[in-house]
Amino acid sequence: MAVAQQAKQDLTESRITALDLPQGGVWGNAARADALARLRAMGLPTRRDEYWKFTDPTSLTQVAAPRAALFEAKDEGPIFDGVDRLRVVFVDGVFDPEQSDDLSLSGVEIERLSDAMARDIHWAREFYGKLETAGQVPVVRPLAALNTAFAQDGIVIRATGKAEKPVSIIYLHRSENSDAILHHVVRVEEGAELTVLENGPAAARFNKCMEISVADRGTFHHLRAQGRDHERRAATHMFARLGEESVYKSFTLTVNGVLTRNEHVIELTGDDAIAHVAGAAMGDARTHPYHHDDTVFITHDAERCESRQVFKKVLRNGAEGVFQGKILVKPGAQKTDGYQISQALLLDEEASFQAKPELEIYADDVKCSHGSTTGAIDETALFYLRARGVPRETATDLLVLAFIDEAISEIEDERLANDIRVRLQMWLERRRRG
Amino acid sequence: MLTIKNLHVKLEDEDKQILKGVDLTVEAGKVHAIMGPNGSGKSTLSYVLSGRDGYEVTDGSATLEGEDLLEMEPEERAAAGLFLAFQYPVEIPGVGNMTFLRTAVNAQRKARGEDEISAGDFLKLVREKAKTLKIDAEMLKRPVNVGFSGGEKKRNEILQMAMLEPKMCILDETDSGLDVDAMKLVSDGVNALRDAGRGFLVITHYQRLLDHIKPDVVHIMADGRIVKTGGPELALEVEKNGYADILNEVA
Ligand SMILES: Nc1ncnc2c1ncn2[C@@H]1O[C@H](COP(=O)(O)OP(=O)(O)OP(=O)(O)O)[C@@H](O)[C@H]1O
Ligand SMILES: [Mg+2]
Repeated sequence: MAVAQQAKQDLTESRITALDLPQGGVWGNAARADALARLRAMGLPTRRDEYWKFTDPTSLTQVAAPRAALFEAKDEGPIFDGVDRLRVVFVDGVFDPEQSDDLSLSGVEIERLSDAMARDIHWAREFYGKLETAGQVPVVRPLAALNTAFAQDGIVIRATGKAEKPVSIIYLHRSENSDAILHHVVRVEEGAELTVLENGPAAARFNKCMEISVADRGTFHHLRAQGRDHERRAATHMFARLGEESVYKSFTLTVNGVLTRNEHVIELTGDDAIAHVAGAAMGDARTHPYHHDDTVFITHDAERCESRQVFKKVLRNGAEGVFQGKILVKPGAQKTDGYQISQALLLDEEASFQAKPELEIYADDVKCSHGSTTGAIDETALFYLRARGVPRETATDLLVLAFIDEAISEIEDERLANDIRVRLQMWLERRRRG
Repeated sequence: MLTIKNLHVKLEDEDKQILKGVDLTVEAGKVHAIMGPNGSGKSTLSYVLSGRDGYEVTDGSATLEGEDLLEMEPEERAAAGLFLAFQYPVEIPGVGNMTFLRTAVNAQRKARGEDEISAGDFLKLVREKAKTLKIDAEMLKRPVNVGFSGGEKKRNEILQMAMLEPKMCILDETDSGLDVDAMKLVSDGVNALRDAGRGFLVITHYQRLLDHIKPDVVHIMADGRIVKTGGPELALEVEKNGYADILNEVA
């Protein structure tokens, strides 16, 4: 044990030493110092940690980012292209004003994180690192603490009314060795509405943290398409705190990627709040390894709240999927409605899926259910399609899309949902062409 | 059109022989009916012809217009013009009926080197054919066969057949589960497709269907073989006396 502890400490110190602690702003410096202390206290994760049992964090914690080749999809346009949105572009983790739109939007204040930190009095001060800190209990999330301490860049978004259009964060990957750490803060004020879109591979290695505070009756929608670069790695955290009658809905599409770990840590603190998280992951490890981990922790700490987790994965040729999902219902959180489903469709014997669904309930009048399934393609349906002349591969794709659609249909905006469907179809077609 | 010679089939995973030497030829333009007791191998024959997994052909052959069916993938058989209306149509949640139909039509066209049908033409065609089968627009939008009643599923099979215009149609108990009116609709659908270039093999237990779809030839299958072949009167005999006499006679 002592040896393991020492190894963890060495790992953590060597990572810290290799990074530059950003400077700037009174509260920024304080938040970073706090986060650094937290990180030192918990240490970076290793495979020995229970929370990392199914996902090897080594490449996420080692000093240098493993190289990741750039992937150019010449035959398909960028996602969300047809959507009227405000574009905020980061290149290898650095804000690029040239490629970004002017950061002004009716109903919303947007600033670069460093600009916000330069001001002693700023709304983001109340949030930066705060939700991350709260999310460290009861399970530690050291990569998020590292993020808060070392984030090189990010944006802060405050919605005061109904945002005129979605804020679209685009992460471009231009250097094969880039190691990006970004931290965003989102505040949706009372009754305000905001949609945030995210897409792109970001970097060879990407550590991203987003803290989202939704005030009473606020609405936050999040739609993400993670970059298709085969060799990229990403560890992301979404920390959310929800007020009364507020709504939080997040959907993530992941195709490709050597390693992806997406954590959602959501606290329902106001009565009648709603949190939906969904994810669709498609992995084919034929040419590159694929490992995708969804880790969700939802805490009900108010009455009559609803939470819903819908995660679907389609895996083949040795692709690996992981789901760790927990619903914690605190004492007094009566009339909680919690639902969780994680399903994997394994297209061959080599693919694998590991799931750890958990419920922990300390209130007596609640409705919670969870389920996890691992299955193969429905041979009867496959034959039916083929008997009508649909070739095996096309028939398989149809069944795959049907399977994954249960997650996609969680997206409220039909247009955005269709954008995701089109992406998946293109990905499947490219895969078929080889 | 369809020529089956001495076809022997066993289950792949089990040492169980199901077809024990089936000989059958369906000529273009003709309607053949197969009747026979439960478990005699009628559905197995239809599955083996359409290429379902789980069976092993141990002897014999099956050809469609001279082409070896047994060598082909299921989708190739379909593109070559073979169609099976399933005894138990399959539900496919998440795949829309329209998407399914369009994908099937276009896949077959592509396999035959033809151009894809335009979205507009396709829609027109489906609507027209669906109307004659009294399949409403709402049913077309639903996932394939999901939540369809037994009779609706069977009508949906005939819609697919009408859209795909196969050369050789096998109908496995398409009449089961149909009410009197639906039986008429389905029969009309089949009769509309009858022409000199197309063959039919109609598997049924009841004379009723054959009142509507008049067969040229009737076969009796028992224990994996065609044990008797005759004209339409054979079906009437079965209807009247059951299989006992026929089976005794051939035993
Ligand atoms: N996959 C299978 N596994 C085990 N037995 C099978 C399988 N397929 C067919 N059989 C058996 O083969 C025999 C023939 O079955 P089949 O379904 O072809 O009969 P059928 O003539 O269509 O009967 P019915 O009139 O009841 O539809 C039956 O005894 C059936 O139980
Ligand atoms: Mg049968």
